[in-house]
Amino acid sequence: MSTAAGNHATPLAVHGLTKRFGARTALQSVTFQLAPGELVGIVGPNGAGKTTLLSILAGVLAPDEGELSLSGRDVGWWAGWVPQSPALYSKLSVAENLRLFARLEKVADPEAAVQGMLRQIDLADRADEEVGRLSGGNQQRVNIAIGLLSEPSLLLLDEPSASLDPRQRERLWEFISGLGTTVVFSTHDVGEVERYATRVLLLADGELLFTGTPAELEQAVGGDPRDLEAALVSFLHQRGH
Amino acid sequence: MRWLLVKDLQILRRSPLLVGLLVVYPIAIALMIGFALSSPPGKPTVAFYNEVPKGRGTISLGSQKLDVAGYASDLFRSVQPIKTHSRAEAIAAVRDGRALAAVIIPADLPQQVQSLITQGVGSPTVQLYLNNKDPIERQYVDQAISARINQVEQAVSKQVLRVAINDLQQVLNGGSVQILGQTVRLLGLRNARTIVQGTLASLPRDSPLRPALSQVISFADLAIQGLGFAKPVLGTIGTPLTVNETQLAGRTTPTDAYAAAIAVIVSLMFVAMLLAAGMLALERSEHAYPRLIRGLVTPGGLLSEKVSLAGGCATLVTLVMAAFVSLFVHLDWARFELWVLALAFASVAFGALGVAIGAVAREVSAASLMAFLVSLPIAFVALVPASAVSGALKTVLDVIAFLFPFKAALQAVSNALSGTSPGIGLPLLHLAVLTAVFGGLAVLAMRRFASR
Repeated sequence: MSTAAGNHATPLAVHGLTKRFGARTALQSVTFQLAPGELVGIVGPNGAGKTTLLSILAGVLAPDEGELSLSGRDVGWWAGWVPQSPALYSKLSVAENLRLFARLEKVADPEAAVQGMLRQIDLADRADEEVGRLSGGNQQRVNIAIGLLSEPSLLLLDEPSASLDPRQRERLWEFISGLGTTVVFSTHDVGEVERYATRVLLLADGELLFTGTPAELEQAVGGDPRDLEAALVSFLHQRGH
Repeated sequence: MRWLLVKDLQILRRSPLLVGLLVVYPIAIALMIGFALSSPPGKPTVAFYNEVPKGRGTISLGSQKLDVAGYASDLFRSVQPIKTHSRAEAIAAVRDGRALAAVIIPADLPQQVQSLITQGVGSPTVQLYLNNKDPIERQYVDQAISARINQVEQAVSKQVLRVAINDLQQVLNGGSVQILGQTVRLLGLRNARTIVQGTLASLPRDSPLRPALSQVISFADLAIQGLGFAKPVLGTIGTPLTVNETQLAGRTTPTDAYAAAIAVIVSLMFVAMLLAAGMLALERSEHAYPRLIRGLVTPGGLLSEKVSLAGGCATLVTLVMAAFVSLFVHLDWARFELWVLALAFASVAFGALGVAIGAVAREVSAASLMAFLVSLPIAFVALVPASAVSGALKTVLDVIAFLFPFKAALQAVSNALSGTSPGIGLPLLHLAVLTAVFGGLAVLAMRRFASR
């Protein structure tokens, strides 16, 4: 992976990303750029390559080909990453989890970062509670908080609302929308994309088929502008997927 | 790595059941070994019935009497006897579990011994009934009683020989014996020869008795000479075998210290392997591994942290255990620093093996089970006695034992605990190499399996 020259107007630049697992190509020459403050939803059928793309952006997987940069730097270290399953130590308290990752991320003032994040996720009163005793929604908040500890300019979320009930999901999206950070998230819930995403990346069989606003996707298939899901299915059908 | 160590210790502190098991288990092993080594085996409970009527347990050996039933009663010294009043009662005691065995002294035992001694015909037999329920206890009782019977046989044999030698001496030198309550004087061969010699000297030269008496004297000379050898020869038969024990050069590890080392290494193996495998697998089952390796810590650093944690805990626990065992078994405290060194190297080697297992497993339970399943055969292979298997199999077992840390750890720790040659340098080197090998395998396994 090489580092492309970037600029502040283009926080994330991805060019020609390809990833293979044996004979199977999980990502095929994916290219896109993001503007600051964008909320980008990655959608597509199962096996489309959504998690693979996010894992490469997060630095968990290395691409076989292609390059990406975040304001001119390697993405992995600088982006905040929130995996699909909460990556937390259930025997540690909320504050201890935050403190551990703040120290590992070499945050300048770990204790201040922990207290700030506890307030931000509205769990200051449960700071000493073991994470394993929290609800799924609150665990996901802590999970996201860890991704935000280093104050990244890009936050990567892999199906952040997958295990949440509608009320928890609503609270989570209010929280994410209020961050003001560039966010890339994957989801199977097209409604979330329609409501919160400023841009859609549509992946199928490792190929990036579409990038644009939800409205542009609906217009592309000439369907009902109020039904993004129907537009997405129709788009995939038209492209032979 | 420091913060990961702190985190793991916090998790362990909040897992009292796991920590309790890791501490209690080695202490329980130490207690069992300690008591086993410091307490002699108890006497087995044996039902006993003597069918020989009172006053009829003696046999006559020439001028002396021998109490055969009394010798049989010597069996009591090896067992905890239950006296019974019939053969059936003794057997019933075995059947209902009150006794592990029953010993019956048959009524004809004195007669059989008498017949064997005087006529060479007879089969004196003590009857033994054993409980088949527990083969180990049965073997133990069988050995205890058989050993005692051998001692009784030797005692009877010696007594018979003593009587025989005494009688021969009387035939040779003369003396007196009690026959039917009356004292009868024996002339003795030497005295008879002297009398015949005197008679021969007083006879005329041409007396026809001279040739016959000369033959009697020649026979007496020969008999005196032959019987003179009888005493030392018969004495030798009474103690037929003398074992001449020779100690070869070089010291060996005392059995007790070796047993203590085995107990320590078994505990060390379980603590180090289970902890290393479990704590590494925990990173994956908590989904934290991908988050850690994206720049926060390298896979090698993470493995080193787990090995350090497992090695440190295992060293600490087994040091305490060794100190505890030393209450029962003599261990050389002057070599304490070598204890620490040997235990630390062994703990780290087993920790490296543990992370290699933990790197393959996705979940803590699977990793713990794998570590447990792998550890048992490793210990078994290393502890198989060399004389118990044939050449080819022995070579195979030696190779397998060489590839895992148990044997080297046992050598290092037993040598460190008891201060025996050839020292601990080579085993420590062996352990260091195994640590590097298993650490390398763990890194490969992490690369292969961790992203799944």
